[in-house]
Amino acid sequence: MCDDMIIKQLSVFLENKVGRLNHVAEILGGAGINMTAFSVADNSDFGILRVIVHEPERAQKLLKDNLFAVSLTDVICLKIGNKPGSLSAVLKILEKEGIYIEYMYAFSEGENANIVIRPDKLQEALDALKRNNVGMLQSDMIQ
Amino acid sequence: MIWNETVECMSREEMRKLQSLRLRRVVERVYHNCEPYRKRMQEAGVTPEDIKDIKDIVKLPFSSKKDLRDYYPFGLLSAPMSEIVRVHASSGTTGKPIVVGLTNNDLAVWKEAGARCLTAFGLGKNDIVQVSYGYGLFTGGLGAHAAVENIGATVVPMSSGNTQKQIMMMRDLGVKALAATPSYAMYLAEAMEASPYKREEFNLRVGVFGAEPWTEAMRKEIEEKMGVKAYDIYGLTEVMGPGVGFECECQCGTHLNEDHFFPEIIDPETGEPLPEGEKGELVFTTLTKEGMPMIRFRTRDLTALHYERCSCGRTLVRMDKIMGRCDDMLIVRGVNVFPSQIESVICELPEFEPFFFITVDRVNNTDTFEIKVEVKQEYYTDDIKSMLELKKKITHKIQSVVGIQPDIKLVEPRSIERSEGKTKRYLDKRVFAN
Repeated sequence: MCDDMIIKQLSVFLENKVGRLNHVAEILGGAGINMTAFSVADNSDFGILRVIVHEPERAQKLLKDNLFAVSLTDVICLKIGNKPGSLSAVLKILEKEGIYIEYMYAFSEGENANIVIRPDKLQEALDALKRNNVGMLQSDMIQ
Repeated sequence: MIWNETVECMSREEMRKLQSLRLRRVVERVYHNCEPYRKRMQEAGVTPEDIKDIKDIVKLPFSSKKDLRDYYPFGLLSAPMSEIVRVHASSGTTGKPIVVGLTNNDLAVWKEAGARCLTAFGLGKNDIVQVSYGYGLFTGGLGAHAAVENIGATVVPMSSGNTQKQIMMMRDLGVKALAATPSYAMYLAEAMEASPYKREEFNLRVGVFGAEPWTEAMRKEIEEKMGVKAYDIYGLTEVMGPGVGFECECQCGTHLNEDHFFPEIIDPETGEPLPEGEKGELVFTTLTKEGMPMIRFRTRDLTALHYERCSCGRTLVRMDKIMGRCDDMLIVRGVNVFPSQIESVICELPEFEPFFFITVDRVNNTDTFEIKVEVKQEYYTDDIKSMLELKKKITHKIQSVVGIQPDIKLVEPRSIERSEGKTKRYLDKRVFAN
């Protein structure tokens, strides 16, 4: 799959113990890698840290060298208006296509809202979003 | 009260004579009826003629749990199948259990031994005893059951499980004694407190607890919660089952029924016998067993023996509380767990690194059983659901081999210690010392 709109997200396995998240932040920070967005999904045993960075491959190697279990996952990063109803409009598009969202996380600032989504059918989701002119970040737009 | 005063209060000299006579007989039996024993004696250059006195026992080679596995299931029988009337089994290291065969006479010895225990606990024919050990291959249920019948008391054969019914029966029938593992007794005690019944509605006075190590603190807690006096009943499947030993009312050690089960204490490193009172590995020889006699069976349990007469009047040797084990077997919730079992399961699963670390603890009087495992790099995923599936898979696999459910913790790569050789692969945080 080759598409500018596909963003490589870092997924890092973390044990539920003090200091693990900071260890990741330190390693990335020390190498000058900025975290654009991240979320932590957890259960009683462990967590999965999901991070969007500018250089995912370099970050992955760095973390692997530091003995983290880390993989790259394809996600889509939506850029939509920071106003009532805009999320619902996008979700409706995906819903119509029968696309299921495994997880998502978001942040908004000023006029824009950025939403990272992991759909079950990535290519179909991308096509549907493009057809409907939904704004998306390209991988080289990640700072 | 004493069930068999003749034997239980016998002078040391008479006991030595009885043991000597029985040792000669059992050695004859295994030598002539059991190939592996005969071979081993021949290798050691010993014949039955060399065994005249119980002191000669040191000339005999040891046996171990490994022999029971190697000759699984019936290789160590010293009686023909036509005389074997029952088998029992306990968990082994590779999923194969250890099987023992018993003759009618073995069952008679067992219930005699059990009757001595229950009588020492103050029970008699007017009492009702609820047996809440599991019935089946485990020796606990049927062993305790026969003992209760032998003293003429009334047995309520509940087996384990179905807690509400357990409590109802105890209350409705006026059960005086509960026979169970201490951890199950603790569980029942808590369920009794939570039940709508008041403590006065129960007639419970005696706890017959065994099959797993327990602490003084646990004894006190069960005694307080249930309003019973709690006694230890000792046994192991290879030797017989519950009834090998028991506490008397003095509760100053566990009396061993040494006319049937002869104990020795040896140095676990050298195999040499240790002087009285010194701590070492406990070794048993079954002096009267027919089906599957064990000669100098190494229990791997560490304890010490004391021979002075007890203030209860018994002369039967007393054993200290088991102070640990000299191999890496763990007893968790009454089940034997070997780290090698866990290893074999993990090595079979391609998703996991062949490393693990077991932590056993006791929380609220129940054993916890945590195993840390590392998922291989390529199997870590972004998806929590599939990670939890992996966890479920290994949990089931280990449970099916070991018999109890582990609490699996997925940990980060290389966080489990790697050094080869004598790496300790478990930590037992439970404290059994008084």
